[in-house]
Amino acid sequence: MKNKRKKNITKPRQSWTFDEYTNSEIRRAAETGIYDIRGGGSKRKLPHFDDLLFLGASMSRYPLEGYREKCSTDVTLGTRFAKKPIKLKIPITIAGMSFGALSGPAKEALGRGASIAGTSTTTGDGGMTKEERSQSKTLVYQLLPSRYGMNPDDLRKADAIEVVIGQGAKPGGGGMLLGQKISDRVAEMRTLPKGVDQRSACRHPDWTGPDDLAIKITELREITQWNVPIFVKIAGARPYYDTALAIKAGADVVVLDGMQGGTAATQEVFIENVGQPTLACIRPAVDALQDLNVHREVQLIISGGIRNGADVSKALALGADAVSIGSAAMIAIGDNDPKWEKEYNKLGSTAGAYDDWHEGNDPAGISTQNPKLMKRLDPKKAGKKLSNYLKVMTLEAQTIARACGKNDLHNLEPEDLCALTVEAAAMARVPLAGTSWIPGSDQKIF
Amino acid sequence: MGKLENLDFKKNSLRKINNFLQNIDFKKNQREFVIKNPSGNHAICAGLKEDISVKIKGHVGYYCGGMNQNARITIEGNAGTGLGENMMSGLIHVKGNVSQSAGATAHGGTIIIDGNTSSRCGISMKGIDIIIKGSVGHMSAFMAQSGTLLICGDAGEALGDSIYETVIYIAGKPKSLGADCIEKKMTKKDLLKIDELLSIGKIKKIKSSKFKKYGSARKLYNFKIDNVSEY
Repeated sequence: MKNKRKKNITKPRQSWTFDEYTNSEIRRAAETGIYDIRGGGSKRKLPHFDDLLFLGASMSRYPLEGYREKCSTDVTLGTRFAKKPIKLKIPITIAGMSFGALSGPAKEALGRGASIAGTSTTTGDGGMTKEERSQSKTLVYQLLPSRYGMNPDDLRKADAIEVVIGQGAKPGGGGMLLGQKISDRVAEMRTLPKGVDQRSACRHPDWTGPDDLAIKITELREITQWNVPIFVKIAGARPYYDTALAIKAGADVVVLDGMQGGTAATQEVFIENVGQPTLACIRPAVDALQDLNVHREVQLIISGGIRNGADVSKALALGADAVSIGSAAMIAIGDNDPKWEKEYNKLGSTAGAYDDWHEGNDPAGISTQNPKLMKRLDPKKAGKKLSNYLKVMTLEAQTIARACGKNDLHNLEPEDLCALTVEAAAMARVPLAGTSWIPGSDQKIF
Repeated sequence: MGKLENLDFKKNSLRKINNFLQNIDFKKNQREFVIKNPSGNHAICAGLKEDISVKIKGHVGYYCGGMNQNARITIEGNAGTGLGENMMSGLIHVKGNVSQSAGATAHGGTIIIDGNTSSRCGISMKGIDIIIKGSVGHMSAFMAQSGTLLICGDAGEALGDSIYETVIYIAGKPKSLGADCIEKKMTKKDLLKIDELLSIGKIKKIKSSKFKKYGSARKLYNFKIDNVSEY
């Protein structure tokens, strides 16, 4: 008898656990014997601001007239101890990105854009460049464990000082700048031989716990005559305790960076597996500020995955005073632009996914020290793009705030929000949409 | 302020004393100052800028002479953590012992320590010369980038771990060497440098020929997977 042909064939089944990306990474590791290093922040799908919605005004809340009725956006940072707090027109600052990781023209573009929009930029590991100081009206100078390029003259030129303890992409990790990006100028600023892999320490060389940090902050204030605000930047690790300890150590401002926050370069395994999502960090940090009676006296800046005015207004509604952007600012000035697609392909990547910033071959001329590539970025044009983007974000946030009946972005509150997922409801401590349920809380919202 | 007797922690605050020394009125011609009753206060003489001499009569706390430029500071006592951290130039001379992280990340100038100093002396140093008449603790010259560390006594564990281009001269013995730190051949230039540092420190008991030289093997300068156990 003739065998009957099978009509139903089982479709080949790909593993959820061993998916295409995972398998490609196993093969790459087996071939090269080195862990994957990349730039950027977490690329996983994480609970985020997209999982929150504003309720808007209706019968019980009165909206403000768009474009006519005032909605303030300005913020003052450093009101606790500094003689000269910094005043910004918008609550969106530019996060620390180093000269070395970024080119000189890219740093200049950030300074130009931020100054037009009325906000600040932040230096990064590797010191203060003249490009950034000359263009940035308000410049925050970072004090990092490596202290590359740190000097008291620049410290006194800064408008604020940011003591960096952690970064959302790598809480507990130090920096890394691979040899190919250590040009003569970068090497000189960092006092290192040209072409070595620069490993930044993960701990500060001259202090360890919060008691030491308090003394360190006193020293910085003494050197700068108590004029400028001292920020303390922490990663989203243990936001309640870290914020409380930063306040105790004498911070004027706490900068809290969640795991979507970017880095110039670190291990993929670190970026994706250490730290908490930005959304999960805000409420515990605000709890710490409120428990110590300093909410709004010590300002809270939230960073890590802020992309638009909705994200800004949601972070502020949850209790932040301002937000900070890094990755978004890079995209605004031209990072990962599809117009370089052919070149991204040559590098084995594609626009939107390019993250080998440490290799220094950025087609957009931003994360590079290659003079030829650097020339591709016109700092004036790129600065204008950044200022446009910052203004759009601000307008978007105002649109939402007015719709909620608020005449200041800082008047937005958790009560204006609901959540689309149980996870986001628990993290943001706002009710799940259509219910009065806040998971993990006894509080009932009606 | 302005008077010598007012640089006294029994009479004035840290802010007032530092502010006075940070903003010297050169019309008054005075270049030498004495601080009394420091009582272990922190950040004394932090951020000085001018070529002045300050004598501190007693013990100081953390970050004495932090980020110093040009000033010559003498401490007639012991000093706490982070002595002369990130200093750029000038001189700090401690007549007693010093706690951890002395001269951390310092870019220039000279520190002289008559006694012993604790762990992480010269951590990430970036060009300073540090002269220690006694011994140093563990992890000294960790990730040290540039400058010279001269140790007349012994060193604790892991001397020069992950060192870059700092040169270490030691008359005694290191308990162990850190990753990528090796003994190097002494040259005439090295002996001249040691003589110079011995003369700055007014050290006559030890001859330059007693010292051994340590520095970077430069094997960890660029990452190689086969060195992974070293990291």
